[in-house]
Amino acid sequence: MQEVLFLIPALPLVGFLILSLAGRHLSKQVIAVVGAGVVCIAAIATIWLGINFLQIPPENGAYTVTLWRWMSVANFNCSFSLRVDALSLVFLFVITFVGALIHIYSAGFMKHDRDYARFFASMNLFVCAMLILVMADNLVLMYLGWEGVGLCSYLLIGFWYETTANVQAANKAFYITRIGDTAMAIGLFLLFRELGTLDIPSIQNAAPEHFVKNSSLITSIALLLLAGGMGKSAQVPLQTWLPDAMAGPSPVSALIHAATMVTAGVYLVARMHGVFQLSPFVMNITAIVGAVTLLVAGCSAMVQTDIKRILAYSTISQLGYMFLALGVGAWSAGIFHFFTHAFFKALLFLAAGAVIESLHHEHGIFKMGGLKNKLPVVFYTFLAGAAALAALPLVTAGFFSKDQVLWYAWSAEGGSPLLWLIALAGAFITAFYTTRLMLVVFWGEAKTHVSEAPGRLMTWPLIILALLSVVAGFIEWPHNLLHVTLFSDVVQKVLPPVTEKEPIPSEAIFQLIAVVATLSGVYTGYLLYKKNTSIVAKWKQVPALVGLRNFFFSGWRFDQLYHTLFVRPFVFVTNLNKQDVIDKIYTGIVSMFQWLNGIFSVSQDGSVRTYVISVLIGIIFILALQFIL
Amino acid sequence: MNYLFYISSIVAIAATVMVITRHQPVHALLYLVVSFLGVAMIFLSLGAPFVATLEIILYAGAIIVLFIFVVMMLNLGRESAIQERQWMQPKTWIGPSILTAILLGELLVLLTMGGSAPMPQQTVDLKKIPLSLYGEYVIAVELTGFLLMAGIVGAAHIGRHKKKYLHRFLKQEEEAV
Amino acid sequence: MQSYSVLVVAAILFVLGLLGVLTRRNIIFILISIEIMLNAAGVAFVAAGARWGQPDGQVMFLFILAMAASEVSVGLALVMQVYHQHKTLDVSKLNNLKDDIEV
Repeated sequence: MQEVLFLIPALPLVGFLILSLAGRHLSKQVIAVVGAGVVCIAAIATIWLGINFLQIPPENGAYTVTLWRWMSVANFNCSFSLRVDALSLVFLFVITFVGALIHIYSAGFMKHDRDYARFFASMNLFVCAMLILVMADNLVLMYLGWEGVGLCSYLLIGFWYETTANVQAANKAFYITRIGDTAMAIGLFLLFRELGTLDIPSIQNAAPEHFVKNSSLITSIALLLLAGGMGKSAQVPLQTWLPDAMAGPSPVSALIHAATMVTAGVYLVARMHGVFQLSPFVMNITAIVGAVTLLVAGCSAMVQTDIKRILAYSTISQLGYMFLALGVGAWSAGIFHFFTHAFFKALLFLAAGAVIESLHHEHGIFKMGGLKNKLPVVFYTFLAGAAALAALPLVTAGFFSKDQVLWYAWSAEGGSPLLWLIALAGAFITAFYTTRLMLVVFWGEAKTHVSEAPGRLMTWPLIILALLSVVAGFIEWPHNLLHVTLFSDVVQKVLPPVTEKEPIPSEAIFQLIAVVATLSGVYTGYLLYKKNTSIVAKWKQVPALVGLRNFFFSGWRFDQLYHTLFVRPFVFVTNLNKQDVIDKIYTGIVSMFQWLNGIFSVSQDGSVRTYVISVLIGIIFILALQFIL
Repeated sequence: MNYLFYISSIVAIAATVMVITRHQPVHALLYLVVSFLGVAMIFLSLGAPFVATLEIILYAGAIIVLFIFVVMMLNLGRESAIQERQWMQPKTWIGPSILTAILLGELLVLLTMGGSAPMPQQTVDLKKIPLSLYGEYVIAVELTGFLLMAGIVGAAHIGRHKKKYLHRFLKQEEEAV
Repeated sequence: MQSYSVLVVAAILFVLGLLGVLTRRNIIFILISIEIMLNAAGVAFVAAGARWGQPDGQVMFLFILAMAASEVSVGLALVMQVYHQHKTLDVSKLNNLKDDIEV
């Protein structure tokens, strides 16, 4: 079993190599078969691995395989070793399975694109890097995957590089995540200096003994690691890159910027839970960051008009929920929300991609409308995804995970009523903007002509994901209903269980409140965008509300803030130093040598006689030295 | 033998002075032959008859013939002599004469400074020359063979009459003009 | 006869050749002067060999001879070529390698 572990990341790598080296000589069919095929095989291998894992749990709770020694310097040893435990397995399953569906979808979605091979090559490389990230046994290898997914994200956001805006979006994503990555690298250095190792199991074992709980050292390490996770997972204040990242093709948004890469931060925090638990302060920060993010992004999602930007802000907001869950100590709830979110958000992006494709690349939701009857498959699948996002009770996966997060936001050790209240407001907002999106896009009258319905390659992944969006939540039920805990049983072999506060209020009341919030959100959306649209028109007359709307629309003006705080001072300083003061030294040296050259070039007059005389004078001089010395 | 040496030295030096002051190339070459013959006599007086013979055959024979051929092919007659006369102003001699005089002075001082010994009067055994030539100096003989080969090929290549061909730098210069 | 007297003769011949190289403008005369200088060096070698009664000086003269032969053949070929291309034998006009850098 352990021997075939390497196949899972190796297969997409093989696909990448084939497509990048020979891609231009292959037909589109072959490219699609290779590109999607390797990921599908990896998915099958992962499922087989998972079945084995669940039937006969390995010793120590993890499969480990060391492929080769990567580097060995003094007392620093780093091997290329893979490790799969329950937490990695959840991520592995999502990456390969959702990845495979998205690859199949892409085969249909990208069929008219020139750079078919480049697209699949980048996607395969991404899958490979992401698998290395979650399978890594040590943090150095994980960092390799971490940077690898950042690179692929950059390549794929800027996939249509002829448009300047896409390239700028790619650059922005790259720069901003780099801030987090640098913080994370410093955190890794600190960890290594303190513990002398970067192997994840050794860190988990050694950290509680080595560090004093709540000491400033462990706090700074945890904060730096958290900053890395915040950059990758687009948490406030490093969230501004994700809405712009929607410049990439829709499957890219689904795979990288919804289902997998942006959850790498969640994975990092969960993976390093041993470190984070030593610093309750950082845990609180994590929860607060998550809460702030979900509120900020939710508010922005309410007023966006671009279908993909709505989904992007909603992704940020859902990531906020995950961070909130991790921060309050509800580790498995955070991972569970990641699990369900991966399905329904991938589904929403893919369905949105199908809508955009059928409407001649129209992104604005107010130019859509009436698609309910024209694109029935897309409509029903989108409906399933949207219901899961809004967390409609009992029938959707999103309900089970979000309910758990909400419940623990109050009742878990690090929870507090305020966090719960914010999360509840977030649930209301989520339900509201999801309803708005559904009503505007699929009901009402048609505003743009539908060119072609998506083909079977595109609809089948949608249907499978829609089914999963509904049923994926059934593996984990609340404690007071049914009490099924399949998911947390598996994950809690790795992650610590939740410690609940005493006294705990009744869970049923909280669920009822959450349901009421969700339903009232849906009803508000229905009221404003279907039943009585004149209210919105009336609000547009009020200047204060329009100002608020613009504030939200621009993403709480974070971009403008960063522009004023960082970009303009930097441009100012560079303008000051346009002449480059330090360069003066070098130009001075250059001009000195030019001057010397001018003097010495007089001696090169091209005349043989001068040269002979020079030689003669030299001989006379040397002979004269014989008398002196 | 001493008289032979001194007389031939005087002849060689006088002939050399004539060589570097002549206007006509052919006259200079004739004095050069005399100079070579004088040097050959010096060799003879030093007890080196073999190199004296080679001096006459190769220097006075072959190399002079080469020079004469070139002078003939370039057809350097009266015009070039007039040209030389114009070039040979006394003032062109002043600077080089001073410099070379200084050099000669230094050389003489250095040569006489190191003490002296009477020259032995016996001849070096002729057999010794080829033995050491093909013994310890065999590598140098090989290298000399390369040098002569390169000289022949180089002369044949450079001396070929081809159409006027300028180096690319000179060509640009010409175009610019 | 003292050993330095031969070397003095060689030095005088060498300096005369050098003077010729410095004063003459015709390439053929410069080549002739170079031959004189090489010859003077040969005299010095042979004198040194005779002083110690060893054959090495004469062997060196043989090498100088071979070198002079190849030098003259290449040099004269160059003279032909120069005359053919520039229609002059004046070395002061053959100064195309002058560095004309303006500062």
